[in-house]
Amino acid sequence: MSAAAHVEHHEEHHGPPVPHYSSKIKPETLGMYLFIASEIMLFGSFFTAYFFVRIVNGTPWPTPPYELPVFVAAINTAILMTSSATMHWATVAIKRGNVWGMRAGLTLTFLMGLSFLISQIYEYLRAGFATKDGAFPTIFFCLTGLHGAHVFVGLSILLFMTIRAYRGHFSAEHHHGVEIGGIYWHFVDVMWIVVFATVYLL
Amino acid sequence: MRNPLRSEADMYRFLWIIVGGAIVIVVSAVIHKWLGVGVAVIAFAALGWWFFQEPVPGSSDPPQAEVLATPQGRRRVLVVAPPGTESVAVPEGADVLVVVPALASKLEAVTGAVDDRRADAEATAAALSARLSARAEVGADDPALAAEDALRVFGADEVVVAGDDEMVDAIRERVAIPVSRA
Repeated sequence: MSAAAHVEHHEEHHGPPVPHYSSKIKPETLGMYLFIASEIMLFGSFFTAYFFVRIVNGTPWPTPPYELPVFVAAINTAILMTSSATMHWATVAIKRGNVWGMRAGLTLTFLMGLSFLISQIYEYLRAGFATKDGAFPTIFFCLTGLHGAHVFVGLSILLFMTIRAYRGHFSAEHHHGVEIGGIYWHFVDVMWIVVFATVYLL
Repeated sequence: MRNPLRSEADMYRFLWIIVGGAIVIVVSAVIHKWLGVGVAVIAFAALGWWFFQEPVPGSSDPPQAEVLATPQGRRRVLVVAPPGTESVAVPEGADVLVVVPALASKLEAVTGAVDDRRADAEATAAALSARLSARAEVGADDPALAAEDALRVFGADEVVVAGDDEMVDAIRERVAIPVSRA
């Protein structure tokens, strides 16, 4: 199109201007962004308490005579990382139109997430300390419990996704539900890496 | 700025970057506390640098040229047609854009189970597009929001609604141009 023709067309335009690119974000994606931003702030407040207790207050970590079940947590970490891989597999599968691959991926992800949660509850029962025993147990249960609550939410989302997957709601063209749920699940895993590294290893 | 939340694949990659960073920091901290602190500072700085390595998609593209082929004097009509609409009467010779809102129940909207509703809307949009020889697209699940979204890119002179009175009133409250029922 020539420059003159372009100007002519431009003058004919009536109505509001064409929206900026950034305003074209999908509402559900924007919702997930805002949700995760609020989650980062929530975890941030708990980590602030953790660093205050451990660095500013100088509380020994773990406070003797208590011990952290690092081995169980390491196994849990491996389970959660594997579940992220199966979640990614599910998303890649449905993008290629492989419905059974997606169903298998989501089912495995759900089962591994459930294993993580059950293992964490078992770890709590055998920890040998409770929140009344001081700052260390309190922060430990708050941080890992907050993350556990997020795993529970992630599992609920995964359950819906898996049911919908078996009911044939997703296809190569329509799989936004899997994509969004996957982002949340990976976010939960990212937070676990931070929790595991700071609470159990450092 | 790079956005790790843009897609599941981006978030998955980001997860492994965090895993790698955590391993490096923990190993350094095991060797010496202050080495761990130093590596953590460098790792966070590297993460910040990585975030800013990719510009906002489309930000460097030249501005989109507005190509509007509506001749002077021809009316531009936005048609809002709910799924299932078979036909709509539009002014003769008008430039028409049809928007089919993907109407969903509250439960469907909350749980995100709107794929079937979008498929219904797409089918209606395709049928109306062929019947009216006009452009048709699927809009938001709220008809008024779908009309607003469409008006941002299609400066219509009027809105014609092929729905009930409630839908007409809802759209009339949200837009500043004449709204009539088909």
